[in-house]
Amino acid sequence: MTTSMNVSRRTFLTAAGAAGLVLGFRVPLSSGGGAALAGAGQADEITAWVVVRPDETVVIRIARSEMGQGTLTGLAQLVAEELDCDWVRVTTEYPTPGTNLARGKVWKSFATGGSRGIRGSHDYVREGGAAARQMLVTAAANAWGVAPTDCTTAKGVITHGATGRTTTYGRVAEAAAKLPVPDAVALKDPKDWSIAGQPLKRLDTADKLTGKQLYGTDLKLPGMLNAAIRQYPLFGAKLESFDASKVMGMPGVKKVVAVGDDAVAVIADKWWQAKTAIDALPVDWNEGPHAKVDSADITAMVADGLDAKDAFVAHQVGDAPVAIAASVKQVQATYSYPFQHHATMEPMNATALWTPDRCEVWCPTQNGESALGVAAEAAGLPAGKCDVYKTLLGGGFGRRGAGPVHDYVRQAVLIAKQMPGTPVKLLWTREEDMTHGAYHPITQCRLTAGLDDNGEITGLRVRISGQSILAGIMPGRLRAGMDPVTFQCLAPKGDHAISYGFPTLLVDHAMRNPHLRPGFWRGVNANQNVIYLECFMDELAHIAGQDPLAFRLKYMKDHPQSRAVLTAVADKAGWGTPAPKGVFRGLAHCNAFASYVAACAEVSVTPDGVVKIHRIVAATDPGHAVNPQQIAAQVEGSFVYGLSAMLMGECTVKDGRVEQQNFDTYEVMRIKDMPKVEAEVLPSGGFWGGVGEPTIAVAAPAVLNAIFAATGRRIRDFPLKNAGLRMA
Amino acid sequence: MAKINVNGRTVTVDADGATPLLWVLREYLDLTGAKYGCGIAACGACTVHVNGEAVRSCALPLEAVAATDKIVTIEGLSPDGSHPVQQAWLDLDVPQCGYCQTGMIMAAAALLAKNPKPTDADIDAEISNICRCGTYQRVRAGIHQAAGRKA
Ligand code: FES
Ligand code: FES
Repeated sequence: MTTSMNVSRRTFLTAAGAAGLVLGFRVPLSSGGGAALAGAGQADEITAWVVVRPDETVVIRIARSEMGQGTLTGLAQLVAEELDCDWVRVTTEYPTPGTNLARGKVWKSFATGGSRGIRGSHDYVREGGAAARQMLVTAAANAWGVAPTDCTTAKGVITHGATGRTTTYGRVAEAAAKLPVPDAVALKDPKDWSIAGQPLKRLDTADKLTGKQLYGTDLKLPGMLNAAIRQYPLFGAKLESFDASKVMGMPGVKKVVAVGDDAVAVIADKWWQAKTAIDALPVDWNEGPHAKVDSADITAMVADGLDAKDAFVAHQVGDAPVAIAASVKQVQATYSYPFQHHATMEPMNATALWTPDRCEVWCPTQNGESALGVAAEAAGLPAGKCDVYKTLLGGGFGRRGAGPVHDYVRQAVLIAKQMPGTPVKLLWTREEDMTHGAYHPITQCRLTAGLDDNGEITGLRVRISGQSILAGIMPGRLRAGMDPVTFQCLAPKGDHAISYGFPTLLVDHAMRNPHLRPGFWRGVNANQNVIYLECFMDELAHIAGQDPLAFRLKYMKDHPQSRAVLTAVADKAGWGTPAPKGVFRGLAHCNAFASYVAACAEVSVTPDGVVKIHRIVAATDPGHAVNPQQIAAQVEGSFVYGLSAMLMGECTVKDGRVEQQNFDTYEVMRIKDMPKVEAEVLPSGGFWGGVGEPTIAVAAPAVLNAIFAATGRRIRDFPLKNAGLRMA
Repeated sequence: MAKINVNGRTVTVDADGATPLLWVLREYLDLTGAKYGCGIAACGACTVHVNGEAVRSCALPLEAVAATDKIVTIEGLSPDGSHPVQQAWLDLDVPQCGYCQTGMIMAAAALLAKNPKPTDADIDAEISNICRCGTYQRVRAGIHQAAGRKA
């Protein structure tokens, strides 16, 4: 089974340096014009989601982007389930956003973020499969002169029960494609699923093992040139001047171009030549207003909001400040969470071909439609004269998601525009990538609770201070100035509702926005908010002299799914029974991205501060589980992402600049740091929750609570390496 | 002009001697399986074999490669994806985005060539490639599975 990037492509042979090293590259190219989707109007398209070929191949169209999270396989399972086709015949393809536009958004949203790939489209993609099945059956029934309702389907074969006649989807596809798409279809009860819900292998693995899989960085178009870029040294800086004459004679160099008002690029035959030249290029910058800002200034700016009078109130139950003040005991703690960088393994890149009347872009993006909009604007052309061909992403994690963070697409088009008719591939160095991120926002949090004589919580106050993602990159989505995304896992209701009930509660946000561009970073604000809440709950349990599990459960009476996942991890990990010698346990849970998740971590800490995370038991209730083994993979991976940040990740600022430039200073977990992860998938049915992000939020607080159990130390500032704790 | 031996063939490359082997492979030989992740030998995405050793090709200039050095890239690891590491990776659905995986596979294959039955501690000591998708648990299982097959 293969995955093609789009259906309109040609095969190119790229000449190599020597015989025997010639590789065939399948490069997606447009056939020109808006109707580039081969299936559109073609005989074999049954519905927009399903193409059946005469050789019985079933092509399932996937609008969302695959970036490692497995959405391509999961979405295909949902369509195939309703289609009743033979799974081994399934292949997938991406329609292009340009075609979506031309066809009246027949594939709806292309946005791939917020763990919404499946939960945001399960209904209409299943309908696309069910409608196709109905049309195929009707075509067969018409040919036989029988009623469609007397026919059954299995694995791509249609059977008429009374006569025993059979035919295949491939044989009736052409006739089916001519039938009208039904207005309404019935969907299967998930308990009858046989393809969805199964731990099937991914569809997109084989080429990733041999080097055949093409990423954006690997594209090679005929006549293509390569560009390396130097961008603004700090946010807010502008390009003043550069001296192209110093590098124009260097090997391979074709042109040196300004890219908008804040970057400069060298275009050369080879990328390494372009990179060598850009390193040698003299550039002057106007540093702008932030050149004197250091991390200490940002920390002070955020800390100022902890006591500020003005704040956006998101969640209020009773009068928490009064209840807390009247309590026998008050407890207060202040936590902080630093900037993080996405650090996708594949650095930002995009390839663009611009002519005065058409612009095409090949790029990794979590949102093809956003990329198209950005490309069209940069190209100075209407979107109908542009298109974007998505490549598999070498990681996304939010960096390639929201519209405004498609800076690499804008730049590629602005560069290609200065080379009309020549495709140019822009690739950022890791250093450019790390210093021009869309950073995990920086926040601090002051939590105050009142306890009564029995150690019961009388009220909780959560004051968040710090950066708003929406204010930074999507101010139009603020609600009367408030950023609702700030309150993930603390909200009164919705996909990120707090999973506790307290007698009184006040959650508010004093917005403080430093100059670094923020972005959606896998897990988004659940990351720090769950650390804040779940570590503080642990603090309260200890102060109240109560077991952290029993203490939590008292406030979770109205949260049955959260109770279920929390007790599941506690039971599986052996909470309440002795851990191995020197090993200590910690718990955390939350409701995030519409799923219910929990973790129990087992940790040991040596006297000189070496932390070992032995095991984390995790539970996820996503409502419906489309592919349990891929959900487990997301749990395992999310833990690495979240724990890397908590243990070692931090972007600091000096002279307005991000100090970390590469993986030598922005450290991340390696295999030696990996705990054993036992991922329990516990779908309770009845709802659709995300899986790529929710568990990221519970790994860190579970480990922190275990570290407290092991050492008696509460660490409230991250990463842990700053507190003298390190991995072996 | 330099002569190097890649995947069993000697080829002539017209690249500056300072060009890292990674970029020679990717831009002059169209062998794009080795990936660019950091350029400073910190991530392992560019791992290839040089005389059987796992080497981070982003930090190896062309001029430091001898004509007699035997370079093997992921494209040359097996003709058809049948190397035990590739097979184990397929069985266990190891890759997520996959970007790091060619380097990871080359590092794992080099480890197994030297140490057919690595312990967890051996793996911890020898495999330091970065995977931001966090596939480490399955990478470890894959190495053990591939070791079992080889035996
Ligand atoms: S690219 Fe060579 S080690 Fe990272
Ligand atoms: S699989 Fe994505 S970086 Fe390793």
